[in-house]
Amino acid sequence: MTESTAAALAGHTFATGLSRQHIDRLAAHATAIEIPAGQRIFAEGQLAARFWLVISGRVALDLQIPGRGRLIVETLGPGDELGLSWLGPIRQWQFGAVAQLPVTALEFQSAAVEALCDYDHELGYKLTRRLLATAVSRLQAARIRILDLYAVPVRSAGGP
Amino acid sequence: MTMSQVPVSYRVSERQDETHDTVTLTLEPAGAPLESSKPGQFMMLYAFGVGEVPVSVSGPPGAAGLTHTIRAVGAVSRALCSAAPGQAVGVRGPFGTSWHESDAFGQDLLVIGGGIGLAPLRPAVLAALREPGRYRHITVLIGARSPAELVFAAEYERWRDSGATVEVTVDRADAGWHGHVSVVTQLVGPSGLDPRRTLALICGPEVMMRLTAQTLLAAGMTASQIRVSLERNMQCGVGECGHCQFGPLLLCRDGPVVSYHAAAPLLSIREL
Repeated sequence: MTESTAAALAGHTFATGLSRQHIDRLAAHATAIEIPAGQRIFAEGQLAARFWLVISGRVALDLQIPGRGRLIVETLGPGDELGLSWLGPIRQWQFGAVAQLPVTALEFQSAAVEALCDYDHELGYKLTRRLLATAVSRLQAARIRILDLYAVPVRSAGGP
Repeated sequence: MTMSQVPVSYRVSERQDETHDTVTLTLEPAGAPLESSKPGQFMMLYAFGVGEVPVSVSGPPGAAGLTHTIRAVGAVSRALCSAAPGQAVGVRGPFGTSWHESDAFGQDLLVIGGGIGLAPLRPAVLAALREPGRYRHITVLIGARSPAELVFAAEYERWRDSGATVEVTVDRADAGWHGHVSVVTQLVGPSGLDPRRTLALICGPEVMMRLTAQTLLAAGMTASQIRVSLERNMQCGVGECGHCQFGPLLLCRDGPVVSYHAAAPLLSIREL
């Protein structure tokens, strides 16, 4: 861990409210990385063993659909957490991720963070709350998009 | 019959396709022009032989002609969308309340448009960008179904050059899209919102406005700092026929622009 890694973590939305000790412990497992635009970060079906806290840039989550090409499912940016599939029962990426703009991020090996959480349950609880909040936020956003808000309202279709 | 109920003849001088079902028409008066509209107000447009429909003004305030952006969703709007240059259109108005975007002088102006909801907001954006120095910051957040369904897309760069921060997001996109893919509410967090010093103007589908307002309230804004544009069955335009009643409001007169403080309790009433 470098001081700059700990400082970057402390400044990230995901770490808001964590104690200095918890930030230092988590930062010990973080690596500051830069990803050039266009570089694939992970692909659908690969082993999901890492996650990232995005500091700058933009990442597109995508999915290859036969006959329709590569569709973007969602984009993530500064302050976002990238990578939730390592939390699931099948540790495989459900979607791919590619840097849409140059990205700086903190990268974590999920096994190391899980081991840290087993050792420090309080930190584990706090991380779980944050990851759950991320998952809830993505779920709600996905549900809103399923509503297809900008479609022509049914009452307008035969109206003026 | 009062003058506000008599359509004045205008002619289509320009027609611009925005999306597959949305068109922007520029109208020039065939005789004496109607009074200039304020940002947020609407006109009643009459497609001769078909019917009349309320359409917000989408052009710059103070312009000699009228600009309207219309989505083809029914018989009248389809007739208007297919109007060719030279064709006559009847016009009444302007009607209703305005955004009063100048209330944000000295503060941040946050404009959030969803789908064709950006059309009624465009006059407020253009008015603000005429004097950007009077605002701390001007931010425009735009949501649409897909990149192909963005309206005024050719203007966003010009708005940025004029001093606004413009962020665009879509619900779905292919790999050729290099912008955001998310819900428009997710643009609020990264926008650097200062909840104490912001006036927010929102227009789009009602659910989108409600969710966006809730996001702004959760970020610390008050309902009085948020304005929304509501739409019901506007007909007379002067609050006499009652077709556009929305609780205690007659939206052709008391709206379309309404403080969220007044709108919030009404928006949650089913079928109102």
